[in-house]
Amino acid sequence: MWYYEKKLQYPVRVRECNPRLAKFLIEQYGGADGELAAALRYLNQRYSIPDKVIGLLTDIGTEEFAHLEMIATMVYKLTKDATPEQMKEAGLGAHYVNHDNALFYENASGTPWTASYIQAKGDPIADIYEDIAAEEKARATYQWIINMSDDPELNDGLKYLREREVVHSQRFREAAEILKEERGKKVYF
Amino acid sequence: MFTQRKFYTPYVSPTDPCPPIRIKSYETPPQLYLGFQPPCLPQYATAKEALYRGTLWPALYSPYESPYKRGDTGE
Repeated sequence: MWYYEKKLQYPVRVRECNPRLAKFLIEQYGGADGELAAALRYLNQRYSIPDKVIGLLTDIGTEEFAHLEMIATMVYKLTKDATPEQMKEAGLGAHYVNHDNALFYENASGTPWTASYIQAKGDPIADIYEDIAAEEKARATYQWIINMSDDPELNDGLKYLREREVVHSQRFREAAEILKEERGKKVYF
Repeated sequence: MFTQRKFYTPYVSPTDPCPPIRIKSYETPPQLYLGFQPPCLPQYATAKEALYRGTLWPALYSPYESPYKRGDTGE
């Protein structure tokens, strides 16, 4: 189970109403390498992986939900009070027709989130390497969003989230080393 | 000794409905350990064997047998 702390992991500040940036940022909300896919991927893999790395998947999976909340806050602030006309100009006309200004789990091009974004092969090595790749892809996505954003306060939050991808990748790499260790070999008598 | 299969003992609940498998295993094939392949690694003696194995180098050969098959059944 979880306890909820009613605050964000890192403060989110947005300087200006910018629905176009929200359209790009939604990639990290409901995209293939986004925070929702990450959280669900790790929390789902926990059940069929050696005990030594279950805790890591629980911790990182939980933190990904904290990141999801930050992204949601960013998207919400970027589009809050945007008029239908502004939404249309930002390429969010179709989104507005379907959802008004509500958030939706979709990627930057409007494709709804799908469970096929989550991989679970059941082979511990394959799953941990999948997780490392997912962290690097999320780090790259943050970089490309920062490259297109001119909001310094929003970018501060995005740079924090990018750094967490770096740390998570390191932890998964350590998990791979644990899985590779010879300590787990069968003892014959 | 290096092994390509690692074993672990998952938690077993007294209320598990299926008969528990107390020792589980997973594969750790050799490419996880080799790093950048060093030059001049020993090769199989014959081309025929290399073709049969799927690799020129014994260091990269990964045999696989089902972990559910027991070693004493003679199969």
